[in-house]
Amino acid sequence: MDSISRRALGAAVLAGAGLGAPTLAQPSGNPIRIGYSMSLTGGLAGNGRPSVVAHQIWAQDVNSRGGLLGRPVQLVYYDDQSSGAQVPGIYTKLLDVDRVDLVVSGYATAQIAPAMPIVMQRGMCFVSLLGAAVNNDFRYDRYFSINPIGGDMKENFAKGYFEIAARIEPRPRSVAILALDSDFPQRAAESARHHARRLGIRVVYDRSYPPTTVDFSPILRAIQAARPDIIFIASYPPDSNGLLRTAAELRVQSALFGGGLIGPQIASQKAQLGPILNNLVCWDVYAPEPTMQFPGVDSLLTRYREIAAREQTDLLGNYAPPLAYAQMQVLEQAVKRVGRLDQAALAADMHANEFDTVIGTLKFDALGEWVEERSLYVQYQGIRDGNLEQFRRAGTQVILYPERFRSGTFRSPYAPGGG
Amino acid sequence: MDPDLALLLNGIVSGLLLGGLYAAAAAGLAVSFGMLDIVNIAHPALMVAGAFAVVVISTATGIDPLLAAVLQAPLFWLVGAGLYSFYNRAFERRGDEALHGLAFFFGIMFIIEVLLVMYFGADQRFVEPPYAYVTWRLGDIDFPLRMLVPGAVAMAAIGALALFLKRSFAGRAIAGVAQDPEALRLLGIDPVRIKRLAFGISVALAGVAGGALVVVQPIDPWSGHVFIGRVFAICILGGMASLGGTVIAAFAFGVVENLTATFYGPSWSPAVAFGCLLLVLALRPQGLFGTAP
Repeated sequence: MDSISRRALGAAVLAGAGLGAPTLAQPSGNPIRIGYSMSLTGGLAGNGRPSVVAHQIWAQDVNSRGGLLGRPVQLVYYDDQSSGAQVPGIYTKLLDVDRVDLVVSGYATAQIAPAMPIVMQRGMCFVSLLGAAVNNDFRYDRYFSINPIGGDMKENFAKGYFEIAARIEPRPRSVAILALDSDFPQRAAESARHHARRLGIRVVYDRSYPPTTVDFSPILRAIQAARPDIIFIASYPPDSNGLLRTAAELRVQSALFGGGLIGPQIASQKAQLGPILNNLVCWDVYAPEPTMQFPGVDSLLTRYREIAAREQTDLLGNYAPPLAYAQMQVLEQAVKRVGRLDQAALAADMHANEFDTVIGTLKFDALGEWVEERSLYVQYQGIRDGNLEQFRRAGTQVILYPERFRSGTFRSPYAPGGG
Repeated sequence: MDPDLALLLNGIVSGLLLGGLYAAAAAGLAVSFGMLDIVNIAHPALMVAGAFAVVVISTATGIDPLLAAVLQAPLFWLVGAGLYSFYNRAFERRGDEALHGLAFFFGIMFIIEVLLVMYFGADQRFVEPPYAYVTWRLGDIDFPLRMLVPGAVAMAAIGALALFLKRSFAGRAIAGVAQDPEALRLLGIDPVRIKRLAFGISVALAGVAGGALVVVQPIDPWSGHVFIGRVFAICILGGMASLGGTVIAAFAFGVVENLTATFYGPSWSPAVAFGCLLLVLALRPQGLFGTAP
């Protein structure tokens, strides 16, 4: 079994046990083993490792409350090295050799999809983490997704971004769309095209770039030459950093700039980009704003950050950890309600009931996606430097969409190089 | 200035600046792969290790990352000399260097990446020299110092190496060992010692290139993957053992990539750049500056 500094994490977890809720009964008997693959190395590890820390905190919480069905929970996870090719073998081992009782997914679409055939073959209930529309093709009735995008990514993903655009005066008439050649960014770009068409906004630049891109200046110059009113980008962390730094160097200016950039959510990018983030409008899953103060999330993040500093994982943990914790809470609540580890009964329970989690109340539709999509669009405001302390407070990542979580007003333009 | 002309000139300038980074990454390989015929697939991983070392030194002491990269070069030379000694004993002496040697350097690459993730975690690391956010402008043409300064330092390092190879006895011996190790032995020079020296130099250059890399972009333990194909292609395009050829090939690679991205879309950049490599090899199998066997 793979683990991130088990000794250090274990010590922290044990120390935390005395500070948590009053201990009920000590769990006893054989542990309930929950198995999954997780990207602890490779390109996805930046979010995979924080997710494991959140899972470990959840396991400690559950065990301190008497375990599941009176038994302790034990996490069994292996490093998939961010390679989808490793995933089927890992789940086969988990189910055939380790004989785990429950399975969940690792982080992100590319690692969830390869697990699906194995999980479906064994009839296992499967709660996934940040997978985009994975079940649209499989249509597996025991799949449940922890992803705010909901079931229809084309309709939901870029909707908030273009609703913000539609409120800008004068109303934007053209958009540039740039996306990484990868599954999630391409789906995000498809959603952007759909909403541009819906609102009658002309697409004046629509290109993809390969993951091996080092220099983004020719791409952004070509976008500048197309003179779009707004710019929508869908990218992954290494590219997001390069794109935003280059935008500052080239003095890119746009009434609305951002979209599906994955990267600014991560602490190390926040620290490096600092004021370059000001007025960027970015898709997100959680922001520490007053409108998103769900029960337990503050406590989770406080404990996570204590461990993260030692484990060298994302120092803020605003992105994957709350969702990873919620992933396990869904499993926990279903097992407690059902009272046994019957996969069919667990799936029926998950379809029928709501779940109270650290990211709010969740309910799943027939395909296991959230009934109510909750993609956030946040705008970075008032960033002075790279000090991470400011990102722990409300007001630096103002939520503009959806309306029910809105915590501030839109600022324009985005002009990181001073215009 | 006409917007299309500005786009063209900016594409060329940014391509040359990108080529500076590519040259830094490929110069060491021109020594190990081009001159010594050692397929060091771990070269980009060593460069990333150099970048992490620069982050540590620069953060701890506050010195400029590129200066830190130059200062750490002797340490990387020692690492390279040690690696070659092992490679020579385990594979080269027994004539197993072709396939086993390749597997060895693959292994080294994975070990470096795992060690980096164990010590530094999976998050990106970066340095912030004061010039990293400064852009010089000449009319409509931009010169971001984030690209210009590392490129200039890389050129200086490559120039110093070229001078060493041309002027010093050891340098000429390295050029000699690339052509005929046995002839070198007849002159009373130990080719293994010369190869150890040369391989150490190639790894020292990887350490310097790491400094250039971390100024240009943030790094994670897998940042080297992006460069594996490119640095070997540049080495081959330049003519294997030609340091000058490698530099010119790196500039050409950068300019072709960026002009393609500007006018035809970034998706075409790798295809066009590697297509140019194939075309050159079809017309001139020894590369742009290589000599025919």
